[in-house]
Parts: sequence; structure tokens; C-alpha cells
Amino acid sequence: MHIRSVGAAALLIECPADEVEAWRAELWRRRAAGELDVAEIVPGARTVLLDGLAAPDAGLIAGWAPPPPATTSPGELVTIPTVYDGPDLATVAALWSVPIPTVIDRLTETEFRVAFCGFAPGFGYLTGLPAELAVPRLASPRTSVPAGSVGLAGPYAGIYPTSSPGGWQLVGRTSVTLFDVDRDPPALLAPGTTVRLVRA
Amino acid sequence: MIAVVRAGPLTTVQDRGRPGYAHLGVPRSGALDAPALSRANALVGNHSGAAGLETTLTGCAFRLPSGGVIAVTGAIARVRVEGVPVSLDAPVSVPAGGLVDVGRATVGVRSYVAVAGGLAVPPVLGSRSTDTLSGLGPSRLRDGDQLPLGPALGRDGLPLGQAAPGSGAAISAGSINLAVRLGPRDDWFTSAAVETLLTTAYTVSPNSNRVGARLAGAALARADAPARELPSEGVVLGAVQVPADGQPLVFLADHPTTGGYPVIAVVTDVTGLAQARPGSTVRFHGPER
Repeated sequence: MHIRSVGAAALLIECPADEVEAWRAELWRRRAAGELDVAEIVPGARTVLLDGLAAPDAGLIAGWAPPPPATTSPGELVTIPTVYDGPDLATVAALWSVPIPTVIDRLTETEFRVAFCGFAPGFGYLTGLPAELAVPRLASPRTSVPAGSVGLAGPYAGIYPTSSPGGWQLVGRTSVTLFDVDRDPPALLAPGTTVRLVRA
Repeated sequence: MIAVVRAGPLTTVQDRGRPGYAHLGVPRSGALDAPALSRANALVGNHSGAAGLETTLTGCAFRLPSGGVIAVTGAIARVRVEGVPVSLDAPVSVPAGGLVDVGRATVGVRSYVAVAGGLAVPPVLGSRSTDTLSGLGPSRLRDGDQLPLGPALGRDGLPLGQAAPGSGAAISAGSINLAVRLGPRDDWFTSAAVETLLTTAYTVSPNSNRVGARLAGAALARADAPARELPSEGVVLGAVQVPADGQPLVFLADHPTTGGYPVIAVVTDVTGLAQARPGSTVRFHGPER
């Protein structure tokens, strides 16, 4: 673990990818308990950013190292009914060297977790697939990907909350609303949430 | 209510933005020149969180069917009420049906218009700001739009004409100096690149927008070859991100919440960039290493 300064009022905690969620949960807990005065706690792939810190004290934060990942509790479970008919299913099957039904089985059996959000409001980067199943982005991104599209890129799965350009390999779609400004919290897939992409 | 007569190329509703949702991928948004909006609000007796208009380069025009009090701050521009020139950085009374015309910026980029009572479009996640990256908040203004106003604060508000400290802050024409702190990823760059950042002039590109100020100048070379890929990480306002072409981009209010390019330094105060016209010269300085 290493802590970097970011400007005058932020710190970036660097840690192994499998410790990010434990750090996020621990910092969330300390903020709720009034021990940490910070505007934003933003997990990344191998980092947690603390932005808008009243007192950017790296030494204090370093002393808050969370318990090992094995003991962190699973987050809330969200089940996403998914129709597996994406235009890139055959490409993914070829990359994985398995038939299409096996791709669908692997995805429906995987317990995903929202590692971090970004790209668009409510877009969660879902981890859970083994590293050897990582797939490249499309060489040429689509100009428009429909809302609800379920895709893969690198080691991640993700679901487009709104229609947007995108370069992920699309394997399916869902009719679930991922981001709703009138809901609290507005994002269905907040960091730490456990996700299952079950057959619709 | 205000009735938009001439929306201009990009006039948006802005307040202090919607902090607190970055972990869900929601940008902070809010006025680019936040002190200017704050001054305008103070001048008309609004709370500092009230929503006003942010114009881009060529201003805008609107009518106040019921009249009211306005103030215009930010860029240097000619402002007329019913054709009569009025002062910047001052409360101005507009008669019922009066036409307010904020002209082309002659120095700076963005004018801020506060109307007593504040623009009362429905808030989204606690803010009335238009987020040009994610599309949250109200649409950019169009000719013919009508925007509701909240009740003027009257006796409970600030006395008219009481601008916040630092009123009429100078907007520099053509050249700005920005204090930076190096990091968090300055070690991804050659020491020569860090020296270049702190000693050479960059030019504000016309591609700059509310997401970021794109700069053109000496490319900043990475220390790694071939280039590694940075796993996505959270980014802050003022982050100087360096994409593959080595040309720095300074994140402004509508910046994405996470990014995959290394951030070589962070600008302490981005207000100068909010008012930097394309072609302006930017110099970074910072003893903090």
C-alpha cells in the first residue's frame, strides 16, 4: 500500500486490486462514523481516491489499513435478468475457445462485484471473471450502443446505463434501469455490490 | 420566469454542481468560474448556491416578463438592458418585459448572469447544473426557452450590491499563470518532461470545453517505453492528464470521474482556465514536488 498526494486536498491510496473493496468499505465506514471529513471516496481498479479532504494526512490514513480481503462481507446482491443475444457473442466464444452456450454458462455462473464506476453515471466495472478470459475492446468502437447492453472488455463486464458510443464486446442486454436520478442511491450498481447476470 | 431570445452557442444553467456522487460515475459539474457566479448571486441577494446562466464567448439575450434584478460577472462584455449599457459586477434593475443582452466577451470567455430569486429549474441529484459530459441536468438553452425563477429573498436575503470579497476579480487577457502540485503520476514521465511542463508555454486549444482545457505545446514524454496502460483511477478537478500524444489536458467541472491516462500534476485553481480564450498562453509553475 502506498499513498500519493493529489493536488492540495486529495490523496490516492494505491493497493492491490483485491484490496480496493476492503479499503473502500473501511473508508466509507469511517466517514459514516465521523472520523473522516471527505467529499468523495472514489474507488478505481487499484486505487481509492479521497477528494475534498479537510485534512490530507497520509500518515493517519495509512494507519487505517483494513482487514484482509477474505474477511470483507459480500455486498448487497443485485440480480440482472439478461438476454444473451449480443452481436459479439461469437467473437467472445472464439476468444475463449468454447462454444457460445459455454460462454453464457460462464457468465451466468459468475458472481460479479462492482469494483468501481466511471465512463458514465451508473456504469459499474464488474470483476469476477478469471484473468485468462479477458477480451480486447473492439478495434473500432460502435457509434451507438443501446442502453442495457451487457458487454465485456479487458477483465471487466459492464452494462451501459444509457445509449452511448462504446467499444465493449456485447454479449447480451437487460431491461433493468441502471441509473435513475429519482432513486436513492441513483445507481443500481454502486461499488461493492454483488451482481449476477442470470438468464432472463 | 425568463424568456430566452438569443441562446448563444452554449449557454447553460449552472450552480455549485453535484458533488458527492463521483463514486457512481457522476461528474461534479457546476460553474466553471465558480467565484464569478458566486459574486453575481451575492450582487442580487441570492444565496451562493442559487443557479444562474453561464454563457460561452458570444453571450445571450433574454427578457424578464415580470422584471427583476440581475447582475452580470465573469468575462468582460457589453451588457445592455433595453438597449442601454449597464455595468458589470453591479445589481441592475430590469423593468417588466425588459430585454437583457449580454454581448460578446472581449476579454475572457464566460459571462455569469444571476437573477434575483435564482433559476428554479428542477434540481437533479441536488443540482440545477447542466452536465455536458453525462447529460444530467437541464438541456443547454435554446431560443424561445422559458426558465422559471424562484422567489427573490427580499428581507431575508443579502442586501443588494454586497458582492463577495474579491469582487470584480481580474481576468487576464492572453496569458495566465497556473500554480500546480506535481503528481500523483509525475513518476510516469521523464524528468525532462516535468521540467518542460514547468518551464515552457502552452497554448489553449479551440477544442477546449467544460470537460477540460486542451493545451498545445511541447509533448510530455513518458518514462516507460513501450507505454504501460494505467488502470482506471479517480481524478480531481484541475488534474493535468497526459494522453498518448503527450499534449496536456486540464480537467474542468464536467470531467469524467475516473481516467486511464496518467496525471502529471494538479492545478490548484482552475478559474483562470475557465476564462482562457483559445490561443491564450498558459504557464505552469510550482515549487511543490
